Amino acid sequence: MSVDPTTLAAIIAMAVVTYLTRIAGLALPANMKMSPRVKSAFEAIPPAVLVAVIAPTALATGWRESLAAVVCILAATRLPLLGVVGVGVVTIVLLRLIG
Amino acid sequence: MNSHDDSRDFRQGIADIWPAAVACVPIGLVFGALAATKGLSTLEATLMSVLVFAGGAQFAALEIWATPAPVLLLAFSTLLINARHILMGASLAPKLGKVSLPRKLLSMYFMTDEAWALAERRAMTQPISFKYWIAVALMLPFAWVGSTAIGAGLGALVGDPRRLGADFAFTAIFIALIAAFWKGRSTAVIIAAAAITSAIVYRTIGTPWHVLAGALAGIAAAALDPRADESELVEEPAT
Repeated sequence: MSVDPTTLAAIIAMAVVTYLTRIAGLALPANMKMSPRVKSAFEAIPPAVLVAVIAPTALATGWRESLAAVVCILAATRLPLLGVVGVGVVTIVLLRLIG
Repeated sequence: MNSHDDSRDFRQGIADIWPAAVACVPIGLVFGALAATKGLSTLEATLMSVLVFAGGAQFAALEIWATPAPVLLLAFSTLLINARHILMGASLAPKLGKVSLPRKLLSMYFMTDEAWALAERRAMTQPISFKYWIAVALMLPFAWVGSTAIGAGLGALVGDPRRLGADFAFTAIFIALIAAFWKGRSTAVIIAAAAITSAIVYRTIGTPWHVLAGALAGIAAAALDPRADESELVEEPAT
């Protein structure tokens, strides 16, 4: 079981950068006075970030992934998280089998 | 502000996060297996999951992995993908209330999209206690690190993880999390702007820029939405 020095350096660099991004938000002042626009911009952060991460898979990878994403969206209106994941995984496996 | 029943908050946190912890196991297995195909040892893959602990950035790292590891490129890609944490932390930190700085600094190490999304959703209806935050934050590390180690160890045995559909679990989790933030047409505008921008940037400029570009487009769309001023009246949370 080995750890290559360059690989270790890369992992540590990634870890330091990641931790800094995780704590950087703490530096912003709490209870900032926010206009309605700034407030709605802040409230948009959760869905905007989550969507941006998966958009390439859902929209720009292939029709199977896009179709499975649509199925997940429909499932998400009815099912809890684990149900959505189950439906999504089964859908993508079936689509890859037939296509 | 009333005092909370802390142990109840902790149990509620566990109840909220466990489905995400279960769902991240296949993703961790896939990450470990892919890392093995890129030449990372089981120890190196596991170490990355312990120290970096950020699924999206770790998958992106495997995409650009080479031997010897391109340290600066990996760090930069990680920064771009995880820049969203800055916005997430800025949004969450004030909602954590009166928690000491060392506790905040320590607990933020475990901030994931999933834990953070659950905390934000809870904050829409009630204050978040530190117990609740710790409960949702601390479950995923065990699932993620453990499944990475197993996936890397099994490596070749698993074969192509795509055949098991495990790679899509990541997308499905995120869709379920996004649904929890649905507030009607104003959310649709945000989602459309973020999704289209992210997909276009992914195709033209490439990963990892799509994350930052898509997130900023969604946020800008919300700020420019003329409904922003009206929604203030409707959605003012009780504090």
